[in-house]
Amino acid sequence: MSATNTTAHSVVEPSVRSRRIAGAIVILYAAITMIPLFWIFITGMKSPPDSISYPPKVVFEPTSEGYCNLFTTRTRQTEEYVKALGEPETICDEITRRRNMVIAGPSNYWPRFVNSLIIAFGSTFCAVFLGTLAAYGFSRFRVPLADDLLFFILSTRMMPPIAVAIPIYLMYRELGLSDTRLGMILLYTAVNVSLAVWLLKGFIDEIPREYEEAAMIDGYTRMQAFWKVVLPQATTGIAATAIFCLIFAWNEYAFAVLLTSGTAQTAPPFIPTIIGEGGMDWPAVGAGTTLFLIPIFVFTVLLRKHLLRGITFGAVRK
Amino acid sequence: MAEIRVENLQKLFGEFVAVRDSSFTVPDESFFVMLGPSGCGKTTTLRMIAGLELPTSGRILLGGEDVTFNRASARDIAFVFQLFALYPHMNVRGNIAFPLKCQGVPRAETRKRVGETARLLRIEHLLDSPVSGLAGGDRQRVALGRAIVRRPKAFLMDEPLGTLDTEFRDLMCQELRGLHNRINATTVYVTHDQLEAMSMADYIAVMNNGEIEQMGPPQEIYDRPATMFVADFIGSPSMNLMPFHGALKKGASKVLLDGVGVGVPALRESLAATDLALGVRPEHIKLSDKSKLRAKVFSSEYLGTTQIVTLETGHGNVHARISADRKVRTGETVGLEFIGERLSLFERSSGRAVDTALNDGAAHG
Repeated sequence: MSATNTTAHSVVEPSVRSRRIAGAIVILYAAITMIPLFWIFITGMKSPPDSISYPPKVVFEPTSEGYCNLFTTRTRQTEEYVKALGEPETICDEITRRRNMVIAGPSNYWPRFVNSLIIAFGSTFCAVFLGTLAAYGFSRFRVPLADDLLFFILSTRMMPPIAVAIPIYLMYRELGLSDTRLGMILLYTAVNVSLAVWLLKGFIDEIPREYEEAAMIDGYTRMQAFWKVVLPQATTGIAATAIFCLIFAWNEYAFAVLLTSGTAQTAPPFIPTIIGEGGMDWPAVGAGTTLFLIPIFVFTVLLRKHLLRGITFGAVRK
Repeated sequence: MAEIRVENLQKLFGEFVAVRDSSFTVPDESFFVMLGPSGCGKTTTLRMIAGLELPTSGRILLGGEDVTFNRASARDIAFVFQLFALYPHMNVRGNIAFPLKCQGVPRAETRKRVGETARLLRIEHLLDSPVSGLAGGDRQRVALGRAIVRRPKAFLMDEPLGTLDTEFRDLMCQELRGLHNRINATTVYVTHDQLEAMSMADYIAVMNNGEIEQMGPPQEIYDRPATMFVADFIGSPSMNLMPFHGALKKGASKVLLDGVGVGVPALRESLAATDLALGVRPEHIKLSDKSKLRAKVFSSEYLGTTQIVTLETGHGNVHARISADRKVRTGETVGLEFIGERLSLFERSSGRAVDTALNDGAAHG
């Protein structure tokens, strides 16, 4: 029996061959889109000379130099001084000394990374929290001018946020919010909250209001009914919204460059400023970028079930 | 259990009058059905009794206590929704126990009462299953269980059988009525289905355009409709309303239709010449060759033991329910005879029923 016979009595099920072709195309496309990520990942494990060699090296000897450089600041010393130091305490000590340098102290990467975590998760929480309450209000109550208000909320997304960068810069300077975590959280919340309201309103509209009415008759107040009956059913929508908000806040670059420079600087504007000897320290940049991808990756994987269900929401419920 | 009294209840949504000046009393332990076409205000009335909507004016008394502006949770009533509103993130036991949990009933007591309720509804075997996989009837039972378990002052049900298929609906009708007979809970039930209403109710209130047109036991509503709307709404096929013009004199027991005298119940009031309608139930029409009132057979619909014959008369088409044995031919001319003492008369301008011997002793809504 030849392979083509398998299609004879089935119009719905694709044949093995066409499935293989489709699979191959998907894998190929995925591979192409992943090449930059892969390149960043391997650059993080190269030595500085390997990272800028021409032709580019795909096979190389992996080293943790990029990660050491990312987390430390170093100073150049004389060969005699380095020799006189005795046994290196860590692997980073050893790598640094081979280049006649010593570790002077920790770099700013970790504080910047923590800033990113606080600002991105903080603003996501605020946007989703406010968005849920606003969406619930719009969905359940007769709000005067509700349609106009919703349009107004949406209209804040109608121009690129960076278009208002200069007024915001001036405002923040006057208010003392420049280069503060609070300022960045407020800013990202403001940008995200309109998205959150619109997304969540759709999800909450789908939840029959009888649920909370039943809970209210059974003895809950409206707030209790909201927390204990509506929210558990809106988790899918909340998770999907949170991912969208987090991705924006985590990756945002333009405002971060403009409004932060020191204590509240996030990782995106920091990473490109990592300079090594004689120009960019590409392995350190690669290492910083790789680490920077991890939180969003973990968050998305944790919530991916909700995200998928969020996309098909309404089709299976009842 | 308690009686529910509604006094001059009114609800406006902006300019729109949803409920207009309604007053009625649901006696303790009775099964009270609000019946009407969609948009007639029956659900709004029910939601006001439940506390899910606040009335624009009027009062609601539950067991003698004024609860008009109390929170829903403070009224001690249970509500069964059309979509059941079972919490999908809880299993059957969780759903039934939910009202007790809200009220902080101790766990042992909750367990006992959930068990009793499940036994009463015969859903013990389902207690630990998730609600999402349940069949319509079982969902309905769980929703009822959640209402019963609280032992509330009254049950309010908003078209709870609306989403079930016909076969199941009949079964659930019987079960609901059986349940009512066992626990004797004051129940207010909203539906647009007259069969449901007829088969279950102790009292029916027929609503239209935000007003109660008539209230009474099912048989009274059927036999003595107080308005043309009720006459038309109840019954399948509905009551024939044959328009005619004439004057009525108190004490008379005949009206003239096409110059033919038709016997009616003795009139209790006089009316100057005006537009009237003679209300005849299809089953109160007989075909009789002797009758001077003539009609032409337009069509007939065979229903097994009976048939519905549509007849063309000088006063519009008339449906008659006659024995299936009587053979009729389309186009044939027949004589019509009415069972006089069962007929109703209506004044067409107001739609109200003319007072006759038929209404003696009947309470109008």
